[in-house]
Amino acid sequence: MSTQAASRPRSPSTGASRGVHGVSDNQVLLAPAERAIQMIGGDLTEKALRRHLEGLPGVDAVGLEARAASLATRSIKTTSKQWALDAIIRMIDLTTLEGADTPGKVESLCAKALTPDPADLTTPRVAAVCVYGDMVPHAVEALGEDSGINVAAVATAFPSGRSSRTIKLADTRDAVAAGASEIDMVIDRGAFLAGHYGLVFDEIVAVKEACMRPDGSYAHLKVILETGELNTYDNVRRASWLAILAGADFIKTSTGKVSPAATLPVTLLMLQVVRDWHTLTGERIGVKPAGGIRASKDAIRYLVTVAETVGEEWLQPDLFRFGASSLLNDVLMQRQKMNTGRYSGPDYVTVD
Amino acid sequence: MAASQTSFLDYAPAPESTSILDLKDSYGLFIDGEFVDGTGDAFTTISPATEETIAEVVAASRKDVDRAVAAARKAFDGPWSRLSGADRGKYLFRIARLVQERARELAVAESLDNGKPIKESRDVDVPLVAAWFFYYAGWADKLDHAGLGPNPRALGVAAQVIPWNFPLLMLAWKIAPALAAGNTVVLKPAETTPLTALIFAEILQQADLPPGVVNIVTGAGETGELLVNAAVDKVAFTGSTEVGRAIARSTAGTGKKLTLELGGKAANIVFDDAPLDQAIEGIVDGIFFNQGHVCCAGSRLLVQENVEAEVIERLKHRMSTLRLGDPLDKNTDVGAINSREQLDRIRELSDIGEAEGAERWSAPCEIPAKGFWYAPTIFTGVDTSHRIARDEIFGPVLSVLTFRTPGEAISKANNTPYGLSAGIWSDKGSKVLAVADKLRAGVIWTNTFNKFDPSSPFGGYKESGYGREGGRHGLAAYLASAKEGAR
Repeated sequence: MSTQAASRPRSPSTGASRGVHGVSDNQVLLAPAERAIQMIGGDLTEKALRRHLEGLPGVDAVGLEARAASLATRSIKTTSKQWALDAIIRMIDLTTLEGADTPGKVESLCAKALTPDPADLTTPRVAAVCVYGDMVPHAVEALGEDSGINVAAVATAFPSGRSSRTIKLADTRDAVAAGASEIDMVIDRGAFLAGHYGLVFDEIVAVKEACMRPDGSYAHLKVILETGELNTYDNVRRASWLAILAGADFIKTSTGKVSPAATLPVTLLMLQVVRDWHTLTGERIGVKPAGGIRASKDAIRYLVTVAETVGEEWLQPDLFRFGASSLLNDVLMQRQKMNTGRYSGPDYVTVD
Repeated sequence: MAASQTSFLDYAPAPESTSILDLKDSYGLFIDGEFVDGTGDAFTTISPATEETIAEVVAASRKDVDRAVAAARKAFDGPWSRLSGADRGKYLFRIARLVQERARELAVAESLDNGKPIKESRDVDVPLVAAWFFYYAGWADKLDHAGLGPNPRALGVAAQVIPWNFPLLMLAWKIAPALAAGNTVVLKPAETTPLTALIFAEILQQADLPPGVVNIVTGAGETGELLVNAAVDKVAFTGSTEVGRAIARSTAGTGKKLTLELGGKAANIVFDDAPLDQAIEGIVDGIFFNQGHVCCAGSRLLVQENVEAEVIERLKHRMSTLRLGDPLDKNTDVGAINSREQLDRIRELSDIGEAEGAERWSAPCEIPAKGFWYAPTIFTGVDTSHRIARDEIFGPVLSVLTFRTPGEAISKANNTPYGLSAGIWSDKGSKVLAVADKLRAGVIWTNTFNKFDPSSPFGGYKESGYGREGGRHGLAAYLASAKEGAR
């Protein structure tokens, strides 16, 4: 594998045991995640993982941002726009993540997920509703059996991730048991920035195990990198790769609680990682930008970026999601405009 | 709202409207502040994307050229050379603002006449045109700091002959520094792309530029020859090395100051520690920007041998996403080849490449039935002795060569009669600087390509010409020091 795309070797890193990492740290065996063993080899240590991640090609920030800006100039009109608006709705994780959330608020959100536009019943449904763990039972009940809408729960001491492993795993198991079919976990950014890649890795592997249901099936795992805290594009590439190695089904940009949340360059970079992973293994990983995407126009730019980077095959809810709340109403207004030729206004879409 | 389309990537057409244009059926010459009838033969300018006629223009005769030069001389002796630098600057600022006001119109005209994608004329050409005028407007009253000592003087009348690849931008590169320095100008746009220069003449009228300061004569090579051999003080030419050589010959010993910006065969060097995704973008921008009709295009890709396979695979994948077609569609990445003549040359050299044993791969794109088109193409297995590694193709054709060490990269990059530009891709700053230091090329980009700025001088080594355009150096090409005295 080592001669292929993103895993090509560099000169051996002498920095592997720099700083706070003693040699002993480096020899610790990591959780034997299947993907990581296939990619790195059976002797899966912190040191091996570090070398692998440090061997990924660098990211030139100016070039990445220029490419994203250029994709953002695509002009999506008429039939393409119509298709895009419906596709966006189908890929939305309609989200409420507030301390003030109540069962009533969640029920209202679920009603909106089921019938986004009461004036136009041809409007597709969203992909999922995304709530805190304790709200999962209310969401499951409100959506009913065959809605086709998943319930996603944020877990692992969202949004900071500052809690013990025990609490994080319990948080995850609790949400899965309550009927969440998707878990949006946060990585330990502190550990990542301190260079403890193994710690971050092991935790994702453990959370993935906690996603297992009694029948042996798994809730879908989205791994939130919180790219606004990782700060550099090189870090985003390493964290994306690390999350995939540890078993992520989706990699997600942000919690929405840290600024900047999702940006087009960061999402482009994560899509490039997913494309490289697919080239190497044939496996398809999903991407979810979350936070800050409010306008249809912006969302369409993401669709363009997906289609031109990793292929339009990714333009489906299994492989791409928007984590958003106010986006849906803007898309609905645009949709009404396309159908009637006139702009309506915020009073012609429902508040949730 | 049923979605009828099968592929999102077949973006619905998004054409820029041509209704903003107010074109005449035929154009005369712009002499002494007025459009006048020429005495030469009329010819048409066509859209290379459709082969349809846009307008009729006239080939300036010897009489017309002499008239234009006389108008420029009168304007130089008259108002222009007596105007203060600050007042000249005011005119340049005014022109810059008018270019911005009429940006969309200029972009549409440029894409129509030249065939380049509207996203390039809109986002690159026209904004740079305005930037060039703004930049040199600021210089007009600061000539004491241009590097020629106090009170430098203008040269007089400048004859300027420009190419068809960036019609309006090359006009700006020529006219802005010439006027800032206090010269007057007779400019000849290329035969196939006169349209935006003629619209620019309208802008000069709007700006109330004194008559004769800028004169525009259209025509082909013969008109250009008449112009450089007329009674002018300065000749500035951008175009082929062959024509540049002829101009150097004919102006030798005449005392005319000469600037030549000629061909190139730039090396784009990709090391194994490059930021790969961005390097792929840079390779694409380097050779497929403006259909490769760029004198500083990165037409030779020098890729480190240990990553060649990976780079080529990624490059082909990226090239497959390029959208070739209607230059006026806002989603077009690759437009039309400017002329049948140029298309023939690209085909000829590509066929030679294949015959010499290089392997050809073209992006799978649908070629429109009418117009001049060439699919983005790369040649692998190219050796330094192949003609496609040496001759300037001036089209969307990339020759891929490999190297093993930085030393080999440097010697291969320098192994060309040209020396206009080069690119280096590596995440390691010290290596980039060490390699850049040894490349004999006028412009070297690192981790980017084909970026232009008015403050940065541009020009070549060896057969790529002499003199610099842009920045303070570009200004010096239109000035003489006070010590040199009057001509």
